[in-house]
Amino acid sequence: MFERMQLLVCGGESCEQKQIGAIKDALLVELKKHDCENEIAITQSSCFGLCEKGAIVGVFPDEVYYQCKTKSEIVMIVEKHIKNNQIVEELRIKDPILHKRLKEHSNFHVFNKQNRIVLRNCGIINPLSIEEYIARDGYFALAKALKEYTSEEVIEIVKKSKLRGRGGGGFPTGLKWEYAKNSQSDIKYVVCNADEGDPGAFMDRAVLEGDPHSILEAMAICGYAIGAQQGYIYVRAEYPVAVERLERAIEDAKNLNLLGDNLFGTDFSFEIELRLGSGAFVCGEETALIASIEGFRGMPKLKPPFPAESGLWGKPTNVNNVETFANIPVIILKGADWFNTIGTEKSSGTKVFALGGKIKNTGLIEIPMGTTLRDVVFDIGGGIPNRKKIKAIQTGGPSGGCIIEKDLDTPIDFDTLTDLGSMMGSGGMIVMDEDNCMVDVARFYLEFTVEESCGKCTPCREGTKRMYDILNKISEGKGTLEDIDHLEVLASMVAETSLCGLGQTAPNPVLSTLKHFRDEYLAHVNDHYCPAGVCRELTNYIIDDTCVGCTKCATNCPVGAIIGWPKAIHKLDMSLCIRCGACKQACPVGSIKTVKGGEAHV
Amino acid sequence: MRIEKRLDQEKETLLYSALHKVKNSPGPLMPTLQEAQRIFGCVPIEVQKIISYELNESIAKINGVVTFYSQFSLKPKGKNSISVCLGTACYVKGSQGILDAFEDELKIKNGETTKDGKYTLEATRCIGACGLAPVFSVNERIYGRANVQKAKNILKTNPETKES
Repeated sequence: MFERMQLLVCGGESCEQKQIGAIKDALLVELKKHDCENEIAITQSSCFGLCEKGAIVGVFPDEVYYQCKTKSEIVMIVEKHIKNNQIVEELRIKDPILHKRLKEHSNFHVFNKQNRIVLRNCGIINPLSIEEYIARDGYFALAKALKEYTSEEVIEIVKKSKLRGRGGGGFPTGLKWEYAKNSQSDIKYVVCNADEGDPGAFMDRAVLEGDPHSILEAMAICGYAIGAQQGYIYVRAEYPVAVERLERAIEDAKNLNLLGDNLFGTDFSFEIELRLGSGAFVCGEETALIASIEGFRGMPKLKPPFPAESGLWGKPTNVNNVETFANIPVIILKGADWFNTIGTEKSSGTKVFALGGKIKNTGLIEIPMGTTLRDVVFDIGGGIPNRKKIKAIQTGGPSGGCIIEKDLDTPIDFDTLTDLGSMMGSGGMIVMDEDNCMVDVARFYLEFTVEESCGKCTPCREGTKRMYDILNKISEGKGTLEDIDHLEVLASMVAETSLCGLGQTAPNPVLSTLKHFRDEYLAHVNDHYCPAGVCRELTNYIIDDTCVGCTKCATNCPVGAIIGWPKAIHKLDMSLCIRCGACKQACPVGSIKTVKGGEAHV
Repeated sequence: MRIEKRLDQEKETLLYSALHKVKNSPGPLMPTLQEAQRIFGCVPIEVQKIISYELNESIAKINGVVTFYSQFSLKPKGKNSISVCLGTACYVKGSQGILDAFEDELKIKNGETTKDGKYTLEATRCIGACGLAPVFSVNERIYGRANVQKAKNILKTNPETKES
């Protein structure tokens, strides 16, 4: 049975929150009403990269994307477009920057500066259909590698492509493969690290859910190159859809003998199994991940020996991240020279980022390395909402740091970000404006690392906790100048002496905020004042004389601390105020301001 | 083998068949624990003992693994989690009363799970919705400007609630 049309419903995290499930159900009901549910396939795809728009439905083969909110809009789409082939112009998604409804998805201004290699199939093919993947050159790279190249040649191509590990470290992938190949052993393993745990990062999820076969194909190519016959995908259990689709993909590939024995008539055989993570961030570290597959607590081991010499069950193992693998088939098909034309000298190719925070267009973006942060924030991201000023960009999640406005013109690649005291990380990119308190930001990430530290080595286990305590003290206004010094000493000690990447990078949020925003720390300590008005204990509110007397603040105050009559300037009783900030959010004219502690008691 | 606390016979059979499936594959412990967590809703010591015996691993090691990963729990968690915010704004607006109401209705204390495994009740710190105080949440959904009556109604009608 072939369907004449396909509806792709975005299943990304933010669309899901906009009740895309209900929209899917409503679509089905409408299709049934018109008796055409058998002609139309509804598929949940992965993120379209237009999260700000939300609840998006794509109609194929027409390649029209609609944004729908209500049932009547769904009725309209089904009646007009699906029944009568008329495009419903007024429901087409608008370009968020040009404010125009555009004919073609790829013409979107948001996509202009993007180059979709990793996400080439996401939101375009039905992830459950191996045929659609094959139709877009899927498994051709595996065939090419097996038929035309020796394993040495495959490694040579990957080395020449200068592909670097997209999980964050940026280690050259080809070199990693070569080490694993040169290790002597009858049994070797390929492991795909799909334990994406950074808060705010979801690019691996998009690939796993939107294009699962690309990972299988790449792992088989890697197996051929290093001489492994068994692969494992370690995927976190929090991604049930990804797990389901990977299982299905493995089964489909086996049925077509694209996985299994004697692939493409050669003597190369390759199997893949899934292993589920169980909620431990540290398992993203490769030795911890290996320990977890083996059935131990996910604690990292000292390197060397590297997994390439002694990994899973003591055998040579090559561990790569999802995004790294997703690049491999394209590199094999189009060649290393082509790949080198994209990106910068030392970091070729693209990088997927999850753009979020105080920015107009949030979502997944894939940009060539070397794109400047300014382009990302202002061109692709559309700038900061509410006419606020940009304060910093946080990259690399809990392992990264903050980049300030003056460095916005830096071209993004692995080395430049490290030089700026941050890191590429797995690809979270959070934009912050003047309302974000940098002490609070550092505290937030430290809270995460304290929670996720595995406890094996003392610097990370104890050091992160002490740093967190000091940050808490500072944000409560009880910090001293000595505390800041302690914090710095501790931070560099933890970074230097921790066993694995988690501890070594955990101080980055502290160090980089201390470097760029020391005055903010000092304001907390010396003046007991939080300039951004975030740290509760240090914030007092005043209502100035621009108050229009709308009473909104008084209605929203949970404790009745605001007194005032309509059309008269309101008064705030700080002795009752619990500093929740509800009034400031409610005020339509911005009359409620935060001030230093003490000043408001007038 | 003998175990102190009787486990549900049906669930125990499920566990044995899961064990049987993975026993001879490499690294069987994690998949077994994940299955056990799914079957029982937790991995209590009784279950750990069975796994220990079947996989020939010490209970100490298994307990170490169970307590390391956040997806495994020693006590069952309910299908739906109700969190009542006890942050200052909510507290002064009477969220303690709401917590009490849930405790009464569900006949459990804060932090416990109902016998039928349907609800787990928890008090939380400020969830940053002070403007809507008092608030509570069922699973991910937040209910603002709540009162005791609203809390009781939610238990009866809440469309978000997953059946156990």
